[in-house]
Amino acid sequence: MTDKTIHKTIIIGSGPAGLTAAIYAARANLSPIVFEGNQPGGQLTITTDVENYPGFPDGILGPDMMDLFRKQAQKFGAECFYKHVSKVDFSNSPFKVYVQEEEYLAESVIISTGASARMLGLDAEKELMGYGISTCATCDGYFFKDKEIVVVGGGDSAMEEASFLTKFASKVSIIHRREEFRASKIMIDRVLDNPKIEIIKNAVVADIFGSQKDGVSSILLKNTIDGKERNFDCEGVFYGIGHKPNTDQFKGVINLNDQGYIVTDPGSTLTNVDGVFACGDVQDDHYRQAITAAGSGCMAAIDAEKYLEDL
Amino acid sequence: MSDKIIKITDQNFDELVIKAEKLVIVDFWAEWCGPCKAIAPILDKISDEFSDNVLVGKVNVDEVKEAPVKYGIRSIPTLLFFHKGDIVRQEVGLQSEQALVDGINQIIKKG
Repeated sequence: MTDKTIHKTIIIGSGPAGLTAAIYAARANLSPIVFEGNQPGGQLTITTDVENYPGFPDGILGPDMMDLFRKQAQKFGAECFYKHVSKVDFSNSPFKVYVQEEEYLAESVIISTGASARMLGLDAEKELMGYGISTCATCDGYFFKDKEIVVVGGGDSAMEEASFLTKFASKVSIIHRREEFRASKIMIDRVLDNPKIEIIKNAVVADIFGSQKDGVSSILLKNTIDGKERNFDCEGVFYGIGHKPNTDQFKGVINLNDQGYIVTDPGSTLTNVDGVFACGDVQDDHYRQAITAAGSGCMAAIDAEKYLEDL
Repeated sequence: MSDKIIKITDQNFDELVIKAEKLVIVDFWAEWCGPCKAIAPILDKISDEFSDNVLVGKVNVDEVKEAPVKYGIRSIPTLLFFHKGDIVRQEVGLQSEQALVDGINQIIKKG
């Protein structure tokens, strides 16, 4: 299917940034089209309680909050599609946005594709992701009741995951490649006080063993100081090693920094391509909060509106 | 939820899934699973559009205890495609509508 309409604005991504941009763009009569991507609602849909978003004093579940964002955008006329943009062409106007073979045209594009969990890059991940390797403790912890598992990482998210997983697992080992943790003191203390958590420092996961049928059986731990390797039995491996921006389809099309984040002009959402704007985690490796993403989504819609007025 | 979608339990699994004539897609899910909510409308649509050839069933992992263990579920959503009693396809995590439709067509064509 090819849609010949030239849309005023196409929004790629549907987390707090994309849907806030959709609310503002819809209210500005830009009739935005939102391509929600492979994870509608974004990273918040794999969290549990969101307790720091203003306006929800009792907290709200991440997926529920994103449903509200979407409803609010749709109420003003934004159209949301559960489709993943695989390619873009910003070389001339109107811009072209592709969903596999389908081509869509737009005068402006707002990119809010966010970030996703970083992997270790092991071959075993291809086979065992979802079969014992996980990037989502809240989704998959339930299946590791009374099992021994490991969490990889040394930051706050790894500590939080490890604490959460002790609700299910009989033992959680945190594997960290250095001596010192990056995590905040309160999170480290919480982990140290938890009798179910063991800490293995100066070690990396060099391989993961198992099968789709029986899940993970063990991992290969490599000591980062003396290089010695040893097997370590566990039935689950959870990653808490940070995030990478979802910008694969924009490589070579717009300016990205060394880490792959979209470069925007300071204090705005402008990219190096006139008419293409970026907001949320895809251009922010520092704050990475729902509220800052939403804020920059609003900025992107206002920037796009201004751009379209001046055409 | 589409009224064509059936609720699968440990008691009716054999009857409704294993012995079924049609292709059965079994969705392992839970209330607290965000990605499960995202895939639900697609399964609704598939259960309507492919109602001649495909049955969509749901296993709530909070209520159904044996099936998730038996089939080694370690992440949700997991979709198991049963055809004439055998698992012919397995998908973990969010899938696009197109990927699911392609998978269904492949299996149906083989007969």
